[in-house]
Amino acid sequence: MAVKNFVVASFSDEAVLFPAVKKVRTAGYKLHDVYTPFPVHGLDHAMGLRETSLHTAGFIYGITGTTTALSCMSWVFNSDWPMNIGGKPHFPLPAFIPITFELTVLFSAVGMVLTFCYLCQLAPFVKKHIFNPRQTDDKFVMAIEVTAKTNAEELKRFLAGVGGEDVNEQRVESGWWFGRFDREDRLFETKVEAVNA
Amino acid sequence: MKDQFVVPARLKRTSFVLMGVGLLTLLIGIFAFHGEHGSTRFWAGLLQNSSFFLLVVLASAFFIGATTLAHGGWQIGFRRVPEAISMAVPVLGAILFVILMLIAFTGKENIYHWLNAEHVKHDEILSWKSAFLNKGMFTAFSVVTIGAWSFFAVKLRKMSIEEDGWDLSAATGRRIVWRNTVWCGGFIVVYALTVGSTTPWFWLMSIDAHWYSTMYSWYTFASSWVSGIALIILFLVHLKRNGYLPMVNEEHLHDLGKFAFAFSIFWTYLWFSQYMLIWYANMPEEIVYFKPRVWGEWRPIFFLNLLINFITPLLYLMKRDTKRNYSSMVFISIVILVGHWLDFWQMVGPGTYKHLVFPWYEFGLGLGFVGVIIYVVIHQLTKAPLVPKNHPYLKESIVHHT
Repeated sequence: MAVKNFVVASFSDEAVLFPAVKKVRTAGYKLHDVYTPFPVHGLDHAMGLRETSLHTAGFIYGITGTTTALSCMSWVFNSDWPMNIGGKPHFPLPAFIPITFELTVLFSAVGMVLTFCYLCQLAPFVKKHIFNPRQTDDKFVMAIEVTAKTNAEELKRFLAGVGGEDVNEQRVESGWWFGRFDREDRLFETKVEAVNA
Repeated sequence: MKDQFVVPARLKRTSFVLMGVGLLTLLIGIFAFHGEHGSTRFWAGLLQNSSFFLLVVLASAFFIGATTLAHGGWQIGFRRVPEAISMAVPVLGAILFVILMLIAFTGKENIYHWLNAEHVKHDEILSWKSAFLNKGMFTAFSVVTIGAWSFFAVKLRKMSIEEDGWDLSAATGRRIVWRNTVWCGGFIVVYALTVGSTTPWFWLMSIDAHWYSTMYSWYTFASSWVSGIALIILFLVHLKRNGYLPMVNEEHLHDLGKFAFAFSIFWTYLWFSQYMLIWYANMPEEIVYFKPRVWGEWRPIFFLNLLINFITPLLYLMKRDTKRNYSSMVFISIVILVGHWLDFWQMVGPGTYKHLVFPWYEFGLGLGFVGVIIYVVIHQLTKAPLVPKNHPYLKESIVHHT
C-alpha cells in the first residue's frame, strides 16, 4: 500500500456526475474511484470498469458444491456404509438431488459473498480512507490520483469547471490498513456543515 | 420512427405455408389413421397441439398482467407485442373448444376413459370422481375458462389501444396505471384459478383419470409460461430485425432472457417435485403415470425432455452475452418452444396411444398452429402503433438499464 496524492471533488447530482466522469476520462486523468451513496445504474460502464468475474467465480463454487454433494453421498451409500433404505438402489439419484441442490446454492452463495468481500476489500478491522464523509449520505465523491504527469492545480480548476464542488487535495493511504473506525477517526463526532444552511 | 407495422409479404407467405402444412397433415391424418387406435392418435395430436399453443399465447396475457401488477416499466416499450400475441387466445381457444367438444360428445374413450359411463360405474375411483369428471362439468369449465381468458385478453388490448387517444397529463397517467392494475389483477386471479389449478386437470390430467398430482397444473403453467416468453422474444427480434421498435434494445432482451432462464429452472423444479415424491413413495396408483415414461417406450423422450428443457437453457442462458445477443436468443427460444412442445407430447401420448411413434402427424399439426399464431399476430400488430405513447412508464422503458 502506498500513500498518494488525490484531488477530490464532490457532486450533488447524477446528471452532473456522468458528463464529468466522461470528461475526466477523455482528459486522460487517472480516475481512482467514484463513491456514491446508492448504486448508480451505468456508472461502472461510464467509468470504464471491466465486467466483474464474480459470476464466473459463483459458477465454479456452485459446480464444486454439486460435485462435493454427489461424491460424498455416493461414497457414503455405496462404499463406506451401504444401507438399504426403503428398497431403493444404492445410488438413488432423485433422493440425492435436493441435497445436491442445497450444497450447490450454499457453496456458491457463501463463496460469492467471501469473494465479493475480497474484491471490495471489506472485512472486520480493515480500514480505508474516506475522502468525504458525505459520500454515504448525499454526495457523489470523485477521487482522482495525482500521478507524476498530473498538474494538481490544473486538475482542480478542471474539476471545478465540470461541476465539482468542494474541490480539494488530500495526501492519504490509497489502500487498506488494519484499524478501527470507532477508535481512530470517530467520524460520527466530526462536524459536517448543515445541508440546508 | 417506424411506428406502424406493415406486414412483410414473406412472413405472411410463411404463415400461409405453415397453415397449409397443418391442414395437409390433418387431411393425411383423416385418411391415414384407421380404427380405434388411429382415431385415438388423431384426436390426441389435436388435443396436445391446441392446448399447448393456446396456453403459450395465453402466457402473453399473463406477461402483461404480471408485469403490470408488479408496476414494471421496462416492458412498456414492446408491450404491443405480447398484446398482439394474446389476441390469438380467442382464435386458438375456439379451435381447442371445438376439439374438446368433439372428443367429449363423440365419446373418444381412449382419450378420456371417464367418458365411458358403463366403465365408470364399475370403477370405484372413477365413480368417486364422477361428480367432477363428467361431460357437463367438462363443458362448463371449458366454456368458462376459454371465455374468461378471451374476454380479459381482448379487454387488456382494447384498453391499451384506447389510451393512445388520450393525453400525456399526470391525471391521465394515474388513470392508465389504475385501470390497468385493476383489470390485470382480475385477470391474474382468473388465470391462477384456471391455469394454476382446475383447467389442466380437465384437459390433460384426466387423460390418466385414475392418477392425480397436485403439481400438475403448476407444471403445465411453468411449461407454457417459459414457452410464452420464448414466443415474445421471437416476435420481438423479428420486429427489431425489420427496423421497428427503435427504443427496445439488448437491455430489454436481456431481461426477457433472464425470465427464460429463471423459468426454465422453475419448470425443472416443478417437474422434479412431481417426480421425486412419486418415485420416493413408490405407490402403485401413483407410479402408473411414470411407468410408461421412465421404464417404457417413452424413456428416451423422458430424458430428452430434461436435457432440452433444463440442461440446455441452464448452461446456454447462464452467460450474460448470450442473453444480450439477438441471434443466440432466437436459437434458444426455438429450442425452448420445441422442448416444451415435446413435454406436452409426452404428457398426452403415453396415456392415449400408448406406443412411442415418430411424431410426424403431431409435429405437422404443430406447424399449422404456428402458422395460425403468426397470421393472427402480424395482423394484430398492424392494428395499432407499436409504442403505447401515452403510457406514463414509457420513459422508464426507454432508459431501461439492466
